[in-house]
Amino acid sequence: MWGRPNLYTSYRAETSLLPTWTQRVAMAMFVAIMVLLPFDLPVINQLPFVRFLGDQDWLRIVTQAVIFGIAALGLNLLTGVAGQVSLGHAFFMGVGAYSAVYLGGSPGSGTWGHELPMWIWLPGAGLCAALVGMIVAPAAVRVRGLYLGIATVGLVFIGIHLSRIFPEISGPSETGRSWPGLELRLWKEEDPLVSFADSGHWLWFDIGGGQKTYLVCLLLLTVTVLVSKNLIRSRTGRALQAIRDRDIAAEVMGVPETKYKLIAFGISSFLAGIAGALFASFIGQLPPESWDLLLSVEFIAIILIGGAGTVAGTLMGTFFVVMMPRFMEEAARWMSEQSESGGPAGTFWDSVVSRGDDFGVVATTDIARGFALPTNSLDSLIYGALVIVFLLFEPLGLYGIWLKIRNYWKGWPFTY
Amino acid sequence: MSLLATLIAQTDEATAAGLGTVAKLITALGRGLALGSIYALLALSFVLVFKATQAVNFAQGAIALVGTWFLSMLLVNWRIPARWLGDDLARNRYLVWVLALVAAMAMSIALGLIIERSIIRPMIGEPLFAIAVLTLGLEAVLRTVGNDALIGQQRGLRIPWGRTGFEFEGAFLYWTYIGAIVTAAAAFVATFLFFRTRTGIAMRAVAFDQEASMAQGIRVGRVFAIAWGAGAALAVLGAIFFSMSPFGNGVAETGLTSLAFRALPAVILGGLDSVPGALIGGLAIGLAEVFAGVYLAESTGTLGVGYQLVVPYLVMLLVLFVRPYGLFGTEEIRRV
Repeated sequence: MWGRPNLYTSYRAETSLLPTWTQRVAMAMFVAIMVLLPFDLPVINQLPFVRFLGDQDWLRIVTQAVIFGIAALGLNLLTGVAGQVSLGHAFFMGVGAYSAVYLGGSPGSGTWGHELPMWIWLPGAGLCAALVGMIVAPAAVRVRGLYLGIATVGLVFIGIHLSRIFPEISGPSETGRSWPGLELRLWKEEDPLVSFADSGHWLWFDIGGGQKTYLVCLLLLTVTVLVSKNLIRSRTGRALQAIRDRDIAAEVMGVPETKYKLIAFGISSFLAGIAGALFASFIGQLPPESWDLLLSVEFIAIILIGGAGTVAGTLMGTFFVVMMPRFMEEAARWMSEQSESGGPAGTFWDSVVSRGDDFGVVATTDIARGFALPTNSLDSLIYGALVIVFLLFEPLGLYGIWLKIRNYWKGWPFTY
Repeated sequence: MSLLATLIAQTDEATAAGLGTVAKLITALGRGLALGSIYALLALSFVLVFKATQAVNFAQGAIALVGTWFLSMLLVNWRIPARWLGDDLARNRYLVWVLALVAAMAMSIALGLIIERSIIRPMIGEPLFAIAVLTLGLEAVLRTVGNDALIGQQRGLRIPWGRTGFEFEGAFLYWTYIGAIVTAAAAFVATFLFFRTRTGIAMRAVAFDQEASMAQGIRVGRVFAIAWGAGAALAVLGAIFFSMSPFGNGVAETGLTSLAFRALPAVILGGLDSVPGALIGGLAIGLAEVFAGVYLAESTGTLGVGYQLVVPYLVMLLVLFVRPYGLFGTEEIRRV
């Protein structure tokens, strides 16, 4: 309603996804930008912040962020909405990835694979992971809180070990095996109907492989966003939130705990499995060690930095955490360029950047000595520090910051 | 992790091969008790921190890594005790090493205190999960700094007794085993005695109810500080004995951060808030890991290299199904 955005006349209006016209227009623009982003369009590539995203090189990172977004939304449902601490998300992603390679991969010397088409292996990966998740779920009824979190750490280690025992599925332990590509076939015919990884021609446009992959992943992410948004505002979502806030009270009010924990684990690991399969297929080849505890911690960091329990926050957190290493690299390159330019600014940046043995904080080499840190260390340092800072000062994460900004303008000129 | 796994698997196979039944058993017992004592030390550090501040400190391994780095720097680079002792005394390797150990532990205690005061104290009253994740962030920071300090270097720990040991009934036992067992025993006796003192009773009261004990005039902040200081010191002690024994490489190395995650099953097995549980859980997990390694060595082909590293987690998961709060953990009273 114009002018009175907080006046709701029905429950339906209050729980709608985009209650006001401002939000609808903003969302439409955002979706349009996300869809048009990979193309070198005259208007989009002039926009100040998204200009670089048209770059093919950046597109890979953005695609990875989109894929991780699917998994992060899954963990958000489990940890943020249902309140079940899980450090085993990487394990479920691994289950999905290996189911995908078992169903869709090509059999080789000593490796198994059935060469099934993508419309089988992608849902199959999700379903296998969901099945494993639902086997784990009853444990969450018995084992609570931090004990559950630590028990799921065990899952990750056991998972990595299992994938090392079965080279038939995971391939050689150093390199891993190659995953099936993102190609749509009806059955096992030679030429795929659509290959998302090849350059080609769609409708009136020439379109590159990276752009197609990005669009497919974006479509899947959009579906995931809609599913989790709708789930949160439905009966199931309310039940999950009741279990998170006070499990006994929820049970007393007639929310069957086991059933809803089963649902939470099932959906969460389904999404993790899909994301794992997509990610592995996108990268092409991954060793078993990729699904380790650090990946799980990364997802926990994503939902905490973004804002636990919120869909928008989770997406913000994903893009932030996944793209930060790249930003760090670019920043380091920029700094070292500045330091070579000379002048007072050059001297300043020269004291920040280290090239081997001289003093500095940021090293341009991979292995640095003394105080300097190479960029790949710097970003894990910064992301650890960010987790600490956000938990200490802004428990709602990036979403909380956004809320503060929004409320400031909403209430202006009053403070609240 | 995989490098560590291979190393441990090789040691276990070497231990198992070509020994009589008794010798094999004694070797396994010695190794198991030593590894168990190391786990027990780490578990005790987890338990003390959890009891006082209700925080599972995932950064314990990273703190331990930084502590071993301190020891190595003191011994090798700064030569601090040796420089001050004069030539005659400095020739006594044991004295130099013990003094450096004390100094390194003091430095890690300082690190623990700084961490507690700066980032744990402001989190009082937040959900337990938030504090646990905070320590995961801390782990990332400390691990990165530690890795950067250690990268591409062999940071020796100058163990005074080296890789020596003695023969017993045909089995070879390292002195480090004895050292680890004795240290763990001393640490646990000290903890039990500490809980009889005034400060110890205060810590037990804080573990029971923070607000009520504050109302009784207990300085809760000081209890927090003591727990974190002691936790850091115990973790460093465990890590030093780990890297000195044949389980480690005798150097401060980046793999030590994973030691805390290997000790987690011991903590959970005994219960997060139980000191006797830490001892029993540590020993049980250590023995289970080593016995699985020694006695199932023939079936490494089926079980996979480094299977013994997974045994603790399997034991942990099984126990959690039967007893959700570990063997001795306090069951959480759930109210609406």
